[in-house]
Amino acid sequence: MTETVIKVENLKKWFDVKMGFFKTLTSKQKLFVHAVDGIDFEITKGKILGLAGESGSGKTTTGRVIMRLLEPTSGKIFFKGKDITHLDADSMRPLRRQMQIVFQDPYESLNPRMTVSDIISEPMKLQGITDEKEVEERVNIILEDAKLIPPGEFIFRYPHELSGGQRQRVATARAFVLNPEFVVADEPVSMLDASIRAEILQLMLSLVKKYKTSFLYITHDLALARHVCDDIAIMYLGEIVEQGTIDQVIFESLHPYTRALMKAVPDPDPSSKRIEVVIKGEIPSPVNPPPGCRFHTRCPSYIGDVCKKVKPKLIDVGKGHLVACHLYSGKSKKK
Amino acid sequence: MPLLDVQNLTAYYTIKRGSVKAVENVSFSLEEGEAMGLAGESGCGKTTVALSLLGILPVNGKIVRGKILLKDTDITKLSEKELREKIRWNAVSLIFQGAMNAMNPMYSVEDQIVEAIKTHDSSITKKKAKERIAKLFEMVGLEPERARNYPHEYSGGMRQRAMIAMALACNPSILIADEPGTALDVIVQAQVLKLMTELRKRLNLAMIMISHDLSIISETCDKLAIMYAGKLVELGDVLTMFKKPVHPYTQGLIAAFPGIYTPKQEMKALPGSPPNLLNPPKGCRFNPRCPYVMDICKKKTPELKEVSKGHYVACYLAKK
Repeated sequence: MTETVIKVENLKKWFDVKMGFFKTLTSKQKLFVHAVDGIDFEITKGKILGLAGESGSGKTTTGRVIMRLLEPTSGKIFFKGKDITHLDADSMRPLRRQMQIVFQDPYESLNPRMTVSDIISEPMKLQGITDEKEVEERVNIILEDAKLIPPGEFIFRYPHELSGGQRQRVATARAFVLNPEFVVADEPVSMLDASIRAEILQLMLSLVKKYKTSFLYITHDLALARHVCDDIAIMYLGEIVEQGTIDQVIFESLHPYTRALMKAVPDPDPSSKRIEVVIKGEIPSPVNPPPGCRFHTRCPSYIGDVCKKVKPKLIDVGKGHLVACHLYSGKSKKK
Repeated sequence: MPLLDVQNLTAYYTIKRGSVKAVENVSFSLEEGEAMGLAGESGCGKTTVALSLLGILPVNGKIVRGKILLKDTDITKLSEKELREKIRWNAVSLIFQGAMNAMNPMYSVEDQIVEAIKTHDSSITKKKAKERIAKLFEMVGLEPERARNYPHEYSGGMRQRAMIAMALACNPSILIADEPGTALDVIVQAQVLKLMTELRKRLNLAMIMISHDLSIISETCDKLAIMYAGKLVELGDVLTMFKKPVHPYTQGLIAAFPGIYTPKQEMKALPGSPPNLLNPPKGCRFNPRCPYVMDICKKKTPELKEVSKGHYVACYLAKK
């Protein structure tokens, strides 16, 4: 049995909608942005889970809530079996060593006033590794792992002296320097040029393999996810609509939303011009999500009132392939 | 005769430290109704080519050499007034990068398009312009009543549609789209790309699609031109380019785009980064990153040669 590193149960994160003073007085109810609305998943040791969906589907919020950078509204987060949902900052600190995050924009996530060596050694210093020799050694090793070779040439540079790809390497090195058990990468390559994307992802994959890290890869690019992830969960308006191994979800997509996403992905093979638009419109507002199935307003396989009224449950249709859609409600393989 | 014929276009930007050789000896042509993709890494000169075609390079940018022939007129020789009245929007129009920020938040979308129409066609009345906007909005799939809204009342996809409507306002024959898909979600992006393809066929528009995402180009264009560090390195029809790329850079770029249905694979990447264009490498500009580099590559710049019909490559490895 492989060890479960991260597990979330019915995780919710709602944000207050800021209203003007008079509106607060007059409006009857408080409004919330239902960014993440009851999701469950787990990641076992050394596995890579992809989290995909359109912008506004709650992917980034999920990543941040798990890292406890945002407080969850309800639900539970377990790290290696330990409930960390309500740990205070002091008790979280030792755990931070084992949980790290790589942000989307390497132009903003690195402090412009710190050198590469400062940036990478900071997490070690915060974690109480103060022996300068050890710090230096570790910085050198991780820089080599991150293919910033020779490390001596990079340690005294400032972020502005690095290219976008090199910056994201530094951010990756910073996340991996303490050999964490769990890393969240929030769209780590979406700001980078296409030609460097593959390189950075390859680097992350090699580090994940080397340190047997569990990895949550947040992305909107299904074509890349296909080559990165073991498992994938598709999110729509704060909920997981389909989940399974990458092959299950891509080759045997069940949910109409997943299918629409798959058809919208441009394919680099010019002999197959198969871009198709099966759904209209854009993602509705998460402040007032549609009742029933949240996708019913855009769904091409809408089957009537049940979609409008009853929220479909995420059910297992076999081999761990989960889907939340009324089309498959009679096909559950598991209770 | 082609609709657009760009010959040896060379454009530099002057900065304190010297001149940035952003575009050097770029030549291509475009027939009526033809769509060409222009791809390459950031900083390779894609946008500079687009700006040159409209004569709107920033003040420190200059077309140093070359011709841009639009039917018979050489755009590079025209005065500012002629450019405004005859070329921009009436012949060539541009959908700017980042639809989110390309509109003025202080004016309604309608006012902005009216302004664009009146600038390039001074004879038109405001009423006529508004009627035209209503028609354009229908064409791009927006409700005409929404024209009076402000940009912030639009979603990303709607703004991109409004930008397309604006670009088509004066019936241009060439539409340039600079990264039309970035900042949009996959599904919305697919909607916008489909709309552009439909409009192109309906209006017989020639199109230049600038993007670093090769899969977008492969879905929408007939031809593909690859730029590297200011130079055109390979040009050909989309099918040939994807199936039999010749230039090592094109090969690397294509390998960096795994398809979604292809078997799970190790992603290949091009090592290194593009050169500094203040002082580009001698010979072939790709030589420091090229896996097949030879002595001659470091000394002499390879010319763009035709390897098969309509397929041009600038590389010493290319054989007829």
